[in-house]
Parts: sequence; C-alpha cells; structure tokens
Amino acid sequence: MTDSTWQLLLDSLWPMIHGAITGTIPLALSSFAIGLALALVLALMRLSRRRWLSSIARVYISLVRGTPLLVQLFVIFYGLPSLGVVIDPWPSAIIAFSINVGGYAAEVIRAAILSVPKGQWEAAYMVGMSHRRALTRIILPQAARVSVPPLSNTFISLVKDTSLASLILVTELFREAQQVAAFSGQFMALYLEAALLYWIICLVLSSGQSVLEKRLERYVAH
Amino acid sequence: MSPTDSQPTDQNLLTVRGLQKSFGTNQVLRSIDLTVSRGQVLALIGPSGSGKTTVLRCLNGLEIADGGSIEIVGAADGGHAPVVIDFAAAHGSRAGVPKKALGALRDRSAMVFQHYNLFPHKTVLENVMEGPLIVQRRPRAEVEAEALALLDRVGLRDKRDSYPFELSGGQQQRVGIVRALALRPTLLLFDEPTSALDPELVGDVLRLIKELAAEGWTMVIVTHELEFAREVASEIAFVDGGTIVEHGDPKQMLRDPQHERTRQFLHRLLFPF
Repeated sequence: MTDSTWQLLLDSLWPMIHGAITGTIPLALSSFAIGLALALVLALMRLSRRRWLSSIARVYISLVRGTPLLVQLFVIFYGLPSLGVVIDPWPSAIIAFSINVGGYAAEVIRAAILSVPKGQWEAAYMVGMSHRRALTRIILPQAARVSVPPLSNTFISLVKDTSLASLILVTELFREAQQVAAFSGQFMALYLEAALLYWIICLVLSSGQSVLEKRLERYVAH
Repeated sequence: MSPTDSQPTDQNLLTVRGLQKSFGTNQVLRSIDLTVSRGQVLALIGPSGSGKTTVLRCLNGLEIADGGSIEIVGAADGGHAPVVIDFAAAHGSRAGVPKKALGALRDRSAMVFQHYNLFPHKTVLENVMEGPLIVQRRPRAEVEAEALALLDRVGLRDKRDSYPFELSGGQQQRVGIVRALALRPTLLLFDEPTSALDPELVGDVLRLIKELAAEGWTMVIVTHELEFAREVASEIAFVDGGTIVEHGDPKQMLRDPQHERTRQFLHRLLFPF
C-alpha cells in the first residue's frame, strides 16, 4: 500500500468514528431499548391465555422474522410516503430496527419465561403474590439471566444491521465509509477499515456480555 | 414462634366438604371430606396418584377444585374473617372464585414444598422476608427481627446472606419451613417435605416439624414416612382413588387398619420387597 492510501485511511478514521458515535451506536442503543420493551409486551401476549392476544403476537413475530430487514426499512422510508406518511431517515431507521428487534427478542424472552420452573410461580403465589407481582419479582429476574446470551446475539446483530440505515440516508459509520470510498476510489481499503471498526465495537460488546453474565450468575451453582 | 391467631379450640379450624377435582377426563378427587381442629395435625397418606397432594394444593389455592367447599374459621380476636369458598359455583375455573376469597385462603395457609421452591435469586433472609415485607407490607424492622429469630431457631442464622444453591437440601427445606412460618399462617401445609432429601438429612427436617406440632401449629402433612406420621399426627387419613378410604387415630390405624386397601398399602410400605 502506498503512503497516500495510509494517509487516506488515517484521514477517514475520524469521520468513521464520528459516524459510529453519532449514528451507529445511538441508533443501535435506542432501537434495542424500544425493541426490548416491545418484545416483553409481545412475549407476555404470546403467553396470554386470551387467544386473540396471543394470535396477534404470533402473526407479528411471524411477519417480522419472515421478511428481510432491508425490505422493512424500505417499506417505512420509501413506501409509506405514497400513503401520505413521510418519516425522516432517523425515525424511520429507529422504527424499523425496533420493530425488528421486537420480533426476534420476543421469542427469546418467551422461552426464558417458560424456562423458569413452575414451582417458582407456585411459591410466589404461596407467599401471597398476584400474577403480576410474581412475574416482576420472581419470574422475570430469573428469566433475565437465561436470556442474556441470546439477547446479546440480537444486539450484536443489530449493531451490524444499522449499516443498512445508510441506504435510507442516515449518516452513520458505513455511510461515511461509502462517501470517502466513492470520492477516492479506494474501495478495498476503506471497506476493510469500516469492517475493522464494526469488529472492534462488537468485541467491546462481547466483553460487556461476559461481565453481565457473571453478575447475573452469582446466585447459581457453577 | 407459636401460632398467632387464637380461636376456640373445640371448633374445627378447617372444614373441607365434598371436594372434587378433575384434570381433563381424569377425576383426581371424587369427594373429599375432612376436618382439622386447632392445634391438630392431619397426615395424609396413600399411594402416588391417589390425590393427596391435590387436596393439599386445593387448600393453598394452587389448584381450583371443581366442586365442594373449603372453610377456615375466623380468628376469635377478629384479626381474620372466616374464609368460605364454595367451588360448585366456580365450575373449576380460577375466574369463578372470588379473588378476595382466594387471597384470604392463601393468607391463612402456607405451604412447604417437596422441592423447596426457594427463590434462587434471593438470599436466605430475602426469601423469608419476601412475603411479610412485599405482600403483607409489615414494617421492615419487625419482619427482619422475626425472620432472624426464626432462622436462629432452625440453626441457619449464619446463612442469612447465602443463596439457596449454597445450602444442602436439608438446610433449604428448613428455610422453606421458615418462609412459611414467617407468613404467620393459621394452617401449615407440608407436601412430602422430606421426599427429595438424602436419607441422612431427613431427620433434621422431621424433628423441626415435630417441634412445630408440639407448639400447637395446625398442620396438614402429605407424607410417606409412616413412623413420622404415627408420632406427629393427631389423625391419619388414607387417601386412595380420590377419596378418603379411612381415617382415625394414627396408632390404631397403622396397627389395625379396617379397610383392605389400607392394609395392602401399609403392607407394601412396610415390606417393599
């Protein structure tokens, strides 16, 4: 590689990091938070004895998991305006990613709730708790521990998936890379640099996952 | 700690009439009638699948019976209103039982589970305090003092900050008993409290239950430990096929059962091979 390529990589580093800090990371965090809240509601709907509630959740999850994220993103940003609904790039991206995370995480949370032994519900009822209190104080804390590894997967996927937002004009890490690449013609070097930055972000997240798992496992036999 | 609420001793504390329960087409309880007066210990024995555990679960509202009724008398000091639940009106559905009545039933009875069912994410002390503090909303200082006194009594005060997985089965079950006592129930329910324990750990738990019986706690115990039942129970009921086949004085019944099915069952327990 020539000196000028190195110089280009160095010069483009800050715009990309800036894109990560102002685009990729806040996009991933906010979508994950909203998506998780949505997922919890969907998981509880799925587990509800009321059939219509559980059916709505089932159809939602099936639609989200059965269609490409890119298509969901395009429907919201490029499709909805034809119905008179115009949403800016950022909110469009957050809506699409939240809906998507909601669908995937709902199944994780549902499985985690089901993995808590029935005796825990019974002991909670025995001490006098209502269904809601048993859920929040006894069942969900135990389900949380079980769902950390699969939810971490969902989050790491989400961080990488935010690169799709570049296609609806959100300025984030990958869009910065594209712009420098198009301008300079150094596609290989710049896209590898972008890949490296994504990888570093995910490494940090993985170690965060281990810390969280350790913390949640302090009350479990090893 | 002794039983807290007072009522006339001559009265039946618990009265169960015509209790019925089916799971699908399987009729587990055909018609169960039983009474327990204050300070008495009723032991339910019988083969597995006989329905004895289901009776106990109905008494704590973990199962909703299809028919019959459960009554617990009110406390003489007015601290508790009487509980009366008529299940015929509910048609076996939880929604059919008034929430208040179900809550009152749970308030008056506390259960000790075969597999302890301690909350694994809470310490020993938190396990004991959860009900009194969060559900009953009693003052923390009072609840904590009482919880520690109870733990002290079963020799587990120094384990207050341990998590359940750090305890042996026998220790976990003693915490399970303390958790039930801390709820200040009128009626203690034991579901095969020693069946999941290693044989050498059974003694501690049985001794504790015996002490509680001597202190005047009213209890219903499902057990396979015949010798224990004979010593601790005021009455034994033999349950088979969803009915109480016979009941009576423990010594009398174990020595000279009146019913052929009871005889066969006792023989099988005493001479397993």
